[in-house]
Amino acid sequence: MIEEKRNFWDWINSIDRGIIYLIIGIVIILPILLGLKEEVQISPSVRSAYEMIESLDSNDVIIISIDYDPASMPELQPMLKAILRHAFEKDVKVIMMVFWPLGLPIGTEGLEEVAKEYGKVYGEDYVNLGYRPGDRAVMIDMGKEIRNFFRTDVNDILLDSHTMMRNVHNYNDIALIVGLEAGRFGEFWVQYVGSRYNQRIVLGVTGVMAAETYPYLQSGQIEGLIGGLKGAAEYETLIEKPGFGLTGMAAQSWAHIAIVMFIIIGNIGYFMTRRK
Amino acid sequence: MKKRVPLVITFVTGFIVIISFFIPHRPFGPLETDTLIWYSIILGFTLLIGVDSLVRLHVRQMRRRKEGWWYSIVFFTGFFYCLVIGIISIMRTPNPFQPGTIFFYGYKTILIPLQSTMFALLAFFVASASYRAFRARTLEATLLLIAAVIVMIGRVPAGYKLWTRLPGIANWVFNVLQMGAMRGIMIGVALGAVAMSLRLILGIERTYLS
Repeated sequence: MIEEKRNFWDWINSIDRGIIYLIIGIVIILPILLGLKEEVQISPSVRSAYEMIESLDSNDVIIISIDYDPASMPELQPMLKAILRHAFEKDVKVIMMVFWPLGLPIGTEGLEEVAKEYGKVYGEDYVNLGYRPGDRAVMIDMGKEIRNFFRTDVNDILLDSHTMMRNVHNYNDIALIVGLEAGRFGEFWVQYVGSRYNQRIVLGVTGVMAAETYPYLQSGQIEGLIGGLKGAAEYETLIEKPGFGLTGMAAQSWAHIAIVMFIIIGNIGYFMTRRK
Repeated sequence: MKKRVPLVITFVTGFIVIISFFIPHRPFGPLETDTLIWYSIILGFTLLIGVDSLVRLHVRQMRRRKEGWWYSIVFFTGFFYCLVIGIISIMRTPNPFQPGTIFFYGYKTILIPLQSTMFALLAFFVASASYRAFRARTLEATLLLIAAVIVMIGRVPAGYKLWTRLPGIANWVFNVLQMGAMRGIMIGVALGAVAMSLRLILGIERTYLS
């Protein structure tokens, strides 16, 4: 009997990782398959981002920078679509650009999808500049003239042939930059464009990056911060257009509960085996 | 000569970029623009160097029949697939990444699922690692454990349902405790970057030449 008890606590103390993987898999897949949606509380950082875009006038021009690739797509793509929906609803013009080459197709797809929903016309309401290597160099020089690096758009069409671009030359003509970030480019926007050109910036970042981006929000260097899938879900709630952010949030919520349960169980097992 | 030329280039370009930050007028402003365009062009070529290096590595592995050499076959399959499909797509349209192109089809059906799967594996590893690592062995480990549990539960809707004040506590941990530590790290990194940049521009740091 004592032997059995010891075996049980030993088992609790070192559960096979296969079981953990299985349970995590189930709690993530089920809410997505069932289409469950969780109600989220709006955080001040996401509300600031929303209010920043809400304060824009129609015909204002914003830049959306796609600095992520398919690995971060589940977190950042819902953000992109929610922001685009908000911007197009307010008749704000959108310029998309890309610093991660593999982000170009997903950015383009998201832009085209939402633009079609709102009946927006390419060249008049939105333009896709595509990818250029040189990140910081491109960011800095766009403050002088966008055409220094982007003479043509992603389809090799001269920028000046697009009506919305005729009066857009540098950051003076840009109301806001929205950086969707899976790497360090968000910092670069703040350090090289925010500080030098006094440009207003909103960042959307992956969950793991939120911690290191918060100081920029608190210091007022960025106007708003959308952090991870939760941020995307909050933004979808604010614009009242539920999407994958809210569905994914249910999965994330259950996964967090499962992980905390494993931590508690592990500690119970640890103390019970140590007592012996 | 081999060392002096790079040192002079580093000094001149670094000097131009710094000066033009404070004096963006002629001649520094246009000089900075030229420098930045050159930087972008050179960066484009570094992508080619990366491809060259990767191909050489895999050729070497296949020749020497190193352990796991057959993974190189997978690499070359993907490499030539992208190369051929990419060239065909560029011949047909200026933007091969445009939805509807053959390149985009490969990107969407192969690369997106592969990259997403790799990143999704993180959830499983995090769960397993949290279970094993978050044990209340010492006071410090216990504090870390409590903070992790509060943030993990407090930042999802379940936390609010459990206790309405939990998200507020999680935000406090995030905005006060975490932020203080993070700010210290960031200031340290920034000071280090400034010092290293000055060493590079002034030619004191020369390890990049070797």
